Amino acid sequence: MSKKRIATVSLAGCFGCHTSFLDIDERLIDLLQLVEFDRSPLNDLKRFTRRCDIGLIEGGCCNEENVHTLQAFRRNCDILVAMGQCAIMGGLPVMRNAIMHSADPLRECLETAYQHSERVYNPSNQIPNDPALPLVLDKVYCLTDVVQIDYQIPGCPPSAETLWQFLSALVTGQPLALEYQQVKYD
Amino acid sequence: MNQTFEFTLDGRVIRAERGQSIMQAADGAGVYIPRLCDVEGLEPEGSCRVCTVKVNGRFAAACTQPAEAGAVVESETAEINHHRRMLVQMLFHEGNHLCPICEASGNCELQAMAYRLGIHQPTRFPYLQPVRPMDASHPDIMLDYNRCIRCGRCIRASADVDGKHIFDFVGRGINKQIGIDADYLAETAASLDDLTFSPGLCPVGCILRKGQGFATPIGQRRFDQEPIGSDIERKREEPA
Repeated sequence: MSKKRIATVSLAGCFGCHTSFLDIDERLIDLLQLVEFDRSPLNDLKRFTRRCDIGLIEGGCCNEENVHTLQAFRRNCDILVAMGQCAIMGGLPVMRNAIMHSADPLRECLETAYQHSERVYNPSNQIPNDPALPLVLDKVYCLTDVVQIDYQIPGCPPSAETLWQFLSALVTGQPLALEYQQVKYD
Repeated sequence: MNQTFEFTLDGRVIRAERGQSIMQAADGAGVYIPRLCDVEGLEPEGSCRVCTVKVNGRFAAACTQPAEAGAVVESETAEINHHRRMLVQMLFHEGNHLCPICEASGNCELQAMAYRLGIHQPTRFPYLQPVRPMDASHPDIMLDYNRCIRCGRCIRASADVDGKHIFDFVGRGINKQIGIDADYLAETAASLDDLTFSPGLCPVGCILRKGQGFATPIGQRRFDQEPIGSDIERKREEPA
């Protein structure tokens, strides 16, 4: 059986899901018998080298670069998996969409972060606007707002055991049967 | 006159007493019918419709539908569970249910219902992300309306048991929300002694007791080990 190619990426996430992925520990060696990694922070490959079977995506979309990256994953992967609550429903970054109770939540978020916070030293009082910075979106979007997602693994982050069982079932074509205690939204 | 009779629920014979709802009879027989707005100690309201069953081929809310002799009731069918999944998914999409930051996570009946119904797959519903207020004015109690699922338990508990009428519904349609009888909770007669503010009365994390957040470690919370409804299903295994 040829090895499946997996790509992974963290968009507007905290890398907790990737950290949880590393927590599958020595079973990574077993996993490497079945898969090889393409574009991923795990091997520091920044671009796709060829088409992949599975794309694992952590985090939602909070800027233009996130959207382009997600679209590139959709173009280059047969199966896309939303990994963790940020990818599924926006997670903590999505709090700026509604919970800030503002008519202009993005502006208020940036002003709080760069101008009004007591602990910020910012003599120019400028909000960063260098053209090299990705354009921040009006709100945080979950993955299904942007592209079609095939599977999602809930959790913040999903446990290593859950990720291991999900991936091993997916790459071997076995049915996925997670125990009750493994499916958590938090 | 004979006060007991029988009906079938998913092919199982259930003994009921006159005046009991389908849900009460099923609970007594150790058969769990999923529900969100109904809770022991309050009059059933039939508003969430998660407990919808088919009675002789017609849909009805099991919490308010009286049990009838000889009725054929269906609950755990693929069709009905599909409808239940859709209902619960829509509740997640209509509010701001951010489980990772919610104090009620692990004790939340909405979350537990999603686990029980196996909601793990992507949906095509949009997240509506409504802008809803929070009220931390009361010294002991906090209200986070982002998490309210409009089950009406607080309305019934405050009016029927506590006799205070603190809560009621305001607005219509998708804008229907819980309101209180003052501008802020601190201006009401709300007290920790009320049934309304007792743990577990609010099924989600809308009503919170201050100073107790995240008190129970992960793994020991109400729904960490076994699905919602397991307490009722155990009655079937333990003969009286």
